[in-house]
Amino acid sequence: MQTTLEAEARLGAETARLGMWIFLATEVLFFGGLFACYAAYRFLYSDTFSLASARLDVLLGGVNTAVLLTSSLTVALAVSRSRRGRSSDAGFWLAASSLLALAFLAIKGSEYHHKFVEHLVPGPDFAFEEGSPGPARIFFGLYFVMTGLHAIHVVLGILLLGGLAVVAYTGRLRPGEDARLECAGLYWHFVDIVWIFLFPMLYLIGVSR
Amino acid sequence: MSDRGYVLVWAALMVLLGATVAASYLGLGRLGIALALGIAGVKTLLVVAYFMHLKDEERLLWIAAASGFIWLALLIVGTLDEMSYRALLP
Repeated sequence: MQTTLEAEARLGAETARLGMWIFLATEVLFFGGLFACYAAYRFLYSDTFSLASARLDVLLGGVNTAVLLTSSLTVALAVSRSRRGRSSDAGFWLAASSLLALAFLAIKGSEYHHKFVEHLVPGPDFAFEEGSPGPARIFFGLYFVMTGLHAIHVVLGILLLGGLAVVAYTGRLRPGEDARLECAGLYWHFVDIVWIFLFPMLYLIGVSR
Repeated sequence: MSDRGYVLVWAALMVLLGATVAASYLGLGRLGIALALGIAGVKTLLVVAYFMHLKDEERLLWIAAASGFIWLALLIVGTLDEMSYRALLP
């Protein structure tokens, strides 16, 4: 049987979750504008987009997808511990999530480095011989902006999850449901969902030619 | 949900990830696009329903969650529909 404190925490967390879902709806449209831009240009220049996409590393992208999916699992486990009042266990799973997120950024950073070295960054140094040059720049421009915006969200997620890991590990999560953790969890799963769409749309359209 | 439940959802997500990659090598063209989006949609539903606990929440949250995707669908469908007519105009 829950105490009044837990009941209040639960109501606060439910209200916070509603607000968070509304915020996530705006975030869907934030990324959605970029996806619409991608859809429009791919519709017009699908051949060049396929050629350009073939230069992305499917293995690294796939590994990164697996890393993010696993980090969603660890966040879900952390929230589950929190709801059962096991604060320091939640802290462990939050720390694991943060490490996985850092691994994601490390892999992304290595990919960006390779793109710089191969002259695939839109700018004066850009060199891509196949297809139409304009649309090729557009593809790589979209690649950097969409994954870059996503990476910024990942950095924010690491700060949130890492901070909450410390709070949780020192036993300071609210009993019942912690609104901060619930919202951070929803945010992180959203970041995962964006990548679930980014990966096939950017990496897999040039695979079979 | 039990730990085992969460791990099962994760396993399903990993299988679907493999399916996405494998399907892309089949060279299905327009059908391939629909398939890739469909698999991504199923993965999203799994994450939303079980990891984000939407399955256990009130209908009000379902509406808030759906609204973002509905507006995005309008944006993309509207844009692509308009663009598909450009080639037909003199």
